[in-house]
Amino acid sequence: MIGALARMPSTLRTYGSSQVSNVIGLLIVAGALALTLQHVLQHDASFFFQILTIGLADGSIYALIALGYTMVYGIIELINFAHGDVFTLGAFISLALFPAFGIAEGKSGFGYVLPLLAVGVITMLLCGVINVAIERVAYRPLRHAPRLAPLITAIGMSSILEGAMYLWRGPFNLHYPDLLPATRLNIGGVSIGVKDLIVMTLAIVLVVAFTFFINLSKLGKAMRATAQDRDAAQLMGIDINRTIAATFFIGAMLAAAGGITYGLYISNVAFDLGFITGLIAFTAAVFGGIGNIPGAALGGLLIGLVRAFSDSYFDSSWTEVLIFGILIATLVFRPTGLLGMRVPEK
Amino acid sequence: MKRLRELVRANSRNPNAIAYTVMAVGALAFPGIIQFANGGNGDYLVSLAADSGVYVLLAIGLNVVVGFAGLLDLGYAAFFAIGSYTYGMLASAQLISSPIHHAVHIPFWIALFIGMMVAAGAGALLGAPTLRLRGDYLAIVTLGFGEIVPRFFRNMKDWTSGVNGISALDVPTLPFWITGPWASTQLAIEHNFRFVSFNPTAWYVLIVTLIFVSVIGVNNLYRSRLGRAWMAVREDETAAAAMGVNTVNTKLLAFAIGASFSGFAGAFYGAKLSLVSPDSFTFIVSITILSMVVLGGMGNIPGAMIGALLLYSVLYYFLPAAPAQASALAHSLGMDWLNQASPNGWPGISEFIHRLQFIIFGLILVGIMLLRPQGLLPSRLRAQELKRGVHDESAVVTA
Repeated sequence: MIGALARMPSTLRTYGSSQVSNVIGLLIVAGALALTLQHVLQHDASFFFQILTIGLADGSIYALIALGYTMVYGIIELINFAHGDVFTLGAFISLALFPAFGIAEGKSGFGYVLPLLAVGVITMLLCGVINVAIERVAYRPLRHAPRLAPLITAIGMSSILEGAMYLWRGPFNLHYPDLLPATRLNIGGVSIGVKDLIVMTLAIVLVVAFTFFINLSKLGKAMRATAQDRDAAQLMGIDINRTIAATFFIGAMLAAAGGITYGLYISNVAFDLGFITGLIAFTAAVFGGIGNIPGAALGGLLIGLVRAFSDSYFDSSWTEVLIFGILIATLVFRPTGLLGMRVPEK
Repeated sequence: MKRLRELVRANSRNPNAIAYTVMAVGALAFPGIIQFANGGNGDYLVSLAADSGVYVLLAIGLNVVVGFAGLLDLGYAAFFAIGSYTYGMLASAQLISSPIHHAVHIPFWIALFIGMMVAAGAGALLGAPTLRLRGDYLAIVTLGFGEIVPRFFRNMKDWTSGVNGISALDVPTLPFWITGPWASTQLAIEHNFRFVSFNPTAWYVLIVTLIFVSVIGVNNLYRSRLGRAWMAVREDETAAAAMGVNTVNTKLLAFAIGASFSGFAGAFYGAKLSLVSPDSFTFIVSITILSMVVLGGMGNIPGAMIGALLLYSVLYYFLPAAPAQASALAHSLGMDWLNQASPNGWPGISEFIHRLQFIIFGLILVGIMLLRPQGLLPSRLRAQELKRGVHDESAVVTA
């Protein structure tokens, strides 16, 4: 899959790297695929599909988070370290809302789809508002400050969010109600979890919806214009502050949805969960081509797959080394990421 | 005497000179004052001050990369880890249990420079393939590198004992050592001196010496051709290249020299703590060092040092001490009910303050950046060149 993408027509490469490094990159990818294939063949096919669905489900959660990173980076060139914590906040807020909507452990069934949706929407809106507030307080005043200043406030906001969740629910792992059905479908001798499918569908629907929104709506157009050239966009009558705030709002909504999905899928959340998850999602955004929305989704899925395959076929203690190795290799061999979009140096 | 007076008059309005003077006098007086103020029981604080020196060294090193050359490094702790592990492996019994089956005990003073060289080599190694990347892409690569290195050390169990880390590291030795009232003992000369953990003053003197040497070295670099090249690359890489600056070498040297300080710091850190474990070099450490540099004032050496001292004292002295202080305060105010944990979720004030520390740390970062985005003690020269211009009369007069 990675190999096929890397061979895509060069028109997509707005910022080409040299032929030599492309060849080296392809060789590395081919080697990794061959090694994986060798390990895959040692186990049976049903195991492979199980890992594949887990990887895709995991990856779709990363995709949801990565979208926020890529949108914010695309528009104000900030690595928003607080984004991963907004994701955790989504899980925490929804967890607190469940009792009010009569949702609890063991109450799965279609009757609970609507309350769950209501909790989802409220959580997404709340996280959106919080993220806009963060932008207003910590990033907007520093828009013309030295480049590193907003990065440090982002780290500070991340610490504040983690601190708030720590204060709220303490340092322990929290149990998240296991609401998704545990049944498994048997398709042609291959067992696939319904849970994995639901998570994937949820993420795909959200990602596709937001991609359409950004491509087609007026606000989406304003976002893309602001990302390309802030001053020119302003001259064209776009309200920059509103557009940037909207970007943070949408990014946080997706992250919150990711947080709920993660909670439903893994059933376990902790206040510092967003840190490493955020870093990995950020890797996914870079992998797909930072600033590029379909790229972030694709990067998320691929990182999820890499994670699942590395955990199950290889040694899980090396998984994160592998993921960050991919991050470095992507940037060295193909700085524009898989789907390539060069964010202009401002 | 007259020259000294002129020197004082010329520099009395220069914040950097004042900062250096205050830090030098403070560093010299600190152990004596602390021991006096605590009635000879100030060992813990002197030891803490020696530990803070590690971060001062790290901030000085990162300032070369981020402040001088403008290369954002989000994985600086990786070089710190490399320096520490180099010392850990070369100066302990660790390698007996490794595939080599033979312990290596290189004296501290030599291992210090080996650690420095290895860290510098790692810096160059990381720098080489990533130099054609610009700005944030470079930052992301360093972030990845910073995540990989500690995990690598953790996973190479045969060599590094994995999560347990390397313990019982060798301590530095000297032929003789002078001790005196500043360490709350009689004035005396000790022969065949060993740096032991119950003598924090010795460690303190060692790190202050290391910092002193480093500051002189970095100041000279800053004023050298290489230093000017770094700043040219920082302000405009294309223009620098057009002016004949070899940007590749310049950036590589920034990475290597910046990393070498963390090699220094790593060897000292390992020797003093006598333990090197992969958990000590996480992303948070990189971020903390970066925050120190940015808070203090990027590109300004005393600024970075002050940022390091300030943030270190908040993180490792004030925040850990705060819960007990709050509890004692509540007690002395006659509000002992605050100290009782109650069933409706109140955990008691000391636990509450303990849980607040993430928020306090975050508020400090955000607050200082909002109030002073350029840092506490920014580089004056840079501000002058960029804002007022070198042809501005007033700038020339005050410079």
